[in-house]
Amino acid sequence: MIEYVESKENIARRIARIFKTGDVVNLGIGLPTLVANYVPPEVTVILQSENGLIGLGPAPEKGREDKDLTNAGAMPVTLLTGGAYFDSAMSFGIIRGGHVDCTVLGVLEVDQEGNLANYKIPGKMVPGMGGAMDLVAGSRVVVAATTHLEKTGGSKLKRRCSLPLTAEHGVDIVVTDVGYFEVKGSHFVLREYFEPYTPEWIVEHTDADVQVSPDCKPWRA
Amino acid sequence: MIEKPVINAAEAAKMVNEGDVVHVGGFLACGSPLGILAALAARGTKNLTLVCNDTAVLDEKNGRVTGVAPLVKNRQFRKMIISHIGTNPESQRQMNAGETEVVLVPQGTLAERVRAAGCGLGGILTATGLGTEVQEGKQVVQVQGRTFLVEEALPGDVALIKARKADKAGNLVYSKTARNFNPLMAMACKTVIVEAEEIVNIGEIDPDQVHTPSILVDYLVKA
Repeated sequence: MIEYVESKENIARRIARIFKTGDVVNLGIGLPTLVANYVPPEVTVILQSENGLIGLGPAPEKGREDKDLTNAGAMPVTLLTGGAYFDSAMSFGIIRGGHVDCTVLGVLEVDQEGNLANYKIPGKMVPGMGGAMDLVAGSRVVVAATTHLEKTGGSKLKRRCSLPLTAEHGVDIVVTDVGYFEVKGSHFVLREYFEPYTPEWIVEHTDADVQVSPDCKPWRA
Repeated sequence: MIEKPVINAAEAAKMVNEGDVVHVGGFLACGSPLGILAALAARGTKNLTLVCNDTAVLDEKNGRVTGVAPLVKNRQFRKMIISHIGTNPESQRQMNAGETEVVLVPQGTLAERVRAAGCGLGGILTATGLGTEVQEGKQVVQVQGRTFLVEEALPGDVALIKARKADKAGNLVYSKTARNFNPLMAMACKTVIVEAEEIVNIGEIDPDQVHTPSILVDYLVKA
């Protein structure tokens, strides 16, 4: 009997291993932001922030914050040597123009056709899409980062999203705290399972069509 | 070069008329003209249409009220054309109650619609928003074998923007991520009012470092 225990850290650890040196990466607010903490030291990625910079560095020391230097969540950040600032048209030109290799976003729902819903629960929570629609439409690889199960026990991976979409067919990879999935055609392909979960457990606890890849392998954080 | 009038925040607020479309620079208030916004909130001008990235932060419990949030609370906007309202619950409440018309626009599309207005273009073609609610009521076209939405230009009456430094002619330099929508809005509105942290003599800004050239600016306000 496997009991599900939510682990945002495992999601972030696994996503951090997707990148290779030189990749330009945009990390969304919340869970995706954690990914930056787990990029292996031998890999150098260039972080883009849609409010207008490339070369995003770590948070400043207390007392060294600059009111003019924030990330897209208005948190104080720093710029690495060699980074650059630009306006919002340039920033989204970089995003839509295919100059961002990978974007990582949070999820309300993601379905087996790669549709993503993450900006609106009608009548309840309407934060707006911010830059998410452009990021999904424009980035070369889109990674959806999500806990596998909702607080109520249902799966975040769906056959068909029921909430308003952020983008159609945009998602390439879904990483949850139980496994690593690719979106192929109109189903999920399980490429890795995170122990102690097993492929059987994952298929049973996913409310969507999941094919277990013939070379599906375990991954340990 | 011709020097631009340097006015105070209250005089700037007076130039915004009831019913105007107002572009406000800033990203969660980073790079917003806070002095002019405070004066406009005090003046209470109504029926405005806001074009802005977001409705900033309204969190009175923790003493955080930033950017355009006081104007939202005052119900000075009839309509908001905006990409994000998630940090200002009052703007969400007004939207859900039908009190204020809220048009949610993807951030990159918003930037490009403002840019188009300032560059003499009727609009832009983008794949962002295809297959979503953003597509509703819009023309879809095929160009070079790809599918795009037609997104129209978004001009304004008044731009309220923020610069790190201005010279007296109105050449502007922005600071870091406080740049965001400011240079785009400086091109898109009939009247452009800049709140600058520093106003220097003409010639003191290296022409190679100018982000927004002086001809786009009408009035300067010292922050």
